[in-house]
Amino acid sequence: MREITLSQAVNEALAEEMRRDETVFILGEDVAEAGTPFKVLSGLVEEFGTDRVIDTPISEPGFVGLAVGAAMTGARPVVDLMFGDFIYLVMDQLCNQAAKQHYMSGGKLQVPMVLRTNMGATRRSAAQHSQSLQALVAHIPGLKVAMPSSAYEAKGLMKTAIRDNNPVVIFEDKLMYQDKAPVPEEEYLIPFGEANVKREGRDITLIATSSMVQVAEKAAVMLAKEGIEAEVIDPRTIVPLDEETLLESVKKTSRAIVIDEGHQSYGVTAEIASRLNEKVFYHLDAPVLRMGAMDVPVPFSPALEDLTVPTPEGVVENARKLCAGEMIHAA
Amino acid sequence: MAKAATKKTKSNADDYLRMYRQMVRIRTFEDNANQLYLSAKMPGLTHMYSGEEAVAVGICEALTDDDRITSTHRGHGHCVAKGAEFKEMFCELLGKAEGYCRGKGGSMHIADQSHGNLGANAIVGGSMGIATGSALRAKLQGSDDVTVCFFGDGATAQGLWYEVMNMAALWKLPVIYACENNGYSEYTKTEEIAAGSIMARAEAFGIESHQVDGQDVLAVNELTQKLVARARKGEGPFFMELMTYRYHGHHVGDINREYYRSKDEEKDWKDNRDPIIRFRAYLVEQGIATEEEIEAMNAEIETDAAEAVAYAEKAPYPPANEVDMHVYAD
Ligand SMILES: Cc1ncc(C[n+]2csc(CCOP(=O)(O)OP(=O)(O)O)c2C)c(N)n1
Ligand SMILES: [Mg+2]
Repeated sequence: MREITLSQAVNEALAEEMRRDETVFILGEDVAEAGTPFKVLSGLVEEFGTDRVIDTPISEPGFVGLAVGAAMTGARPVVDLMFGDFIYLVMDQLCNQAAKQHYMSGGKLQVPMVLRTNMGATRRSAAQHSQSLQALVAHIPGLKVAMPSSAYEAKGLMKTAIRDNNPVVIFEDKLMYQDKAPVPEEEYLIPFGEANVKREGRDITLIATSSMVQVAEKAAVMLAKEGIEAEVIDPRTIVPLDEETLLESVKKTSRAIVIDEGHQSYGVTAEIASRLNEKVFYHLDAPVLRMGAMDVPVPFSPALEDLTVPTPEGVVENARKLCAGEMIHAA
Repeated sequence: MAKAATKKTKSNADDYLRMYRQMVRIRTFEDNANQLYLSAKMPGLTHMYSGEEAVAVGICEALTDDDRITSTHRGHGHCVAKGAEFKEMFCELLGKAEGYCRGKGGSMHIADQSHGNLGANAIVGGSMGIATGSALRAKLQGSDDVTVCFFGDGATAQGLWYEVMNMAALWKLPVIYACENNGYSEYTKTEEIAAGSIMARAEAFGIESHQVDGQDVLAVNELTQKLVARARKGEGPFFMELMTYRYHGHHVGDINREYYRSKDEEKDWKDNRDPIIRFRAYLVEQGIATEEEIEAMNAEIETDAAEAVAYAEKAPYPPANEVDMHVYAD
């Protein structure tokens, strides 16, 4: 199968959906000629013109509000939010306006929009350009949240997001834009709420989102050399969450580590770990562990930044302890 | 070049030489920073201030250490102009422990806080509230310091600005909004993202507004001196639109940029409106400095920068235990 980059995959998904449905349009800063700073949208304005690939001023709450209104009245906007960190600026439009319209109207209104943005540290971009804020929006009922872990997921999830009748937030890892993966030429969609078992194993389940899937897969290879067979699962969407697949896996392995790049406290890892505790407690041989980013603003210095994110070595160490039956108590 | 309204006294000459020196220090800092990026010695990206020196220097030379500024993602110039040293700045740029922010901030958060710099900000328009809040504090506490809020033309699209301008005008706060209009925000021309007139927006709140040639350090400095003096007396807020130009790309990695900005346009600004070349000619013409003295000053600044870079390259990174330090104040 041909291999394309995550960036190309997103670009293809948008182009295909824009060809298929003329109500789809893109709105954001430097999305047209510049094709975004990450060049993800390059070429789209040439095909679809500036009426469907619209450059905005640096007015994030404004253009997200516009997207909400356009979506409520018959369009399918895809908003480009240049950095995930800017989600704080648009919280009212996203969480009070987009997320709640359908419910508040008793099902009469709907907001079929996509907010595509990014996440991920270690790009040496410091505290306001490196955050992974998926937990913030996953907390809000009415929003769906997708976290592609490769080019394949990025394309399939984007297409599903655009056709979904709800506001969907997609977090792409900005360090993965140039990563290649096999992506079929023919059309495919990835349904929301279907986890992907990336690797099977009997001893421990590693549940990981976005780029943390790679971290988990590397850890699994290292663990295999020690005779520990790790199962790696990518939920692909954290809202909706495919609980079923996660629970079945943990029933089998009886141990789990949940890995996500958001801050560890009050985060995605906590939510998933808690569901496992509630639903498969009696199958567990060890506490479910969370591994998130350290609870600090992301520091600029490489010497510090690298310490803040989960690593394969860290996962291996924790998995080893869980499998050895060592109880782990946080200090 | 605007003529100086005041007579060229001895102290004026000193002020002028310091302004020239500060502009060259900024340009030299940026040249070195760019080199660090190109030789892959600098982590991440950075936004160069080259071309806009007269704005930061003209303004900051009209301020005291008690006056505050808020800076932007393009903040090295403001940082130097508000009194920072090369050594700590290069250390910060390289993420070293001796940097102004102990390596935690990097280029986009660089600031010498001890001289009243409240920080560079990676959120466009993100400091508008901070600057206005600093001015509110000055008024509430009866202190006569003034806060200058630097931001770009692109930042005028942020709604926050209109909220804080309203309050600043209602309450006559000692804040000066300094819009560095360099004609672009990222890869987009200002006229494509700004409807109507930017000045008129401030004027709509009853805020006295001025447009000034941002390549003319004396014009910037004279206007700022007047506005600062008035702001201290409770006559603020004010708005300044400084017409300027950035020589490099939006950031150091923005190299192929002809699709949004022509080489001819860049050349025209560099050749015909450079703030340093213009001011240098003025200094010589007015007999304030000779060519030789200026060359000597330039050379000294280059040596300073080279030494600071060498120092920063060898300086240690912060130790691992600093990673969770400074999350909360004691
Ligand atoms: C809230 C926010 N939106 C977008 C960005 C990305 N961004 C960084 S600089 C910039 C352009 C800013 O233009 P301007 O204010 O004119 O400043 P200049 O870069 O020209 O100095 C943009 C869009 C950001 N950092 N913050
Ligand atoms: Mg600008």
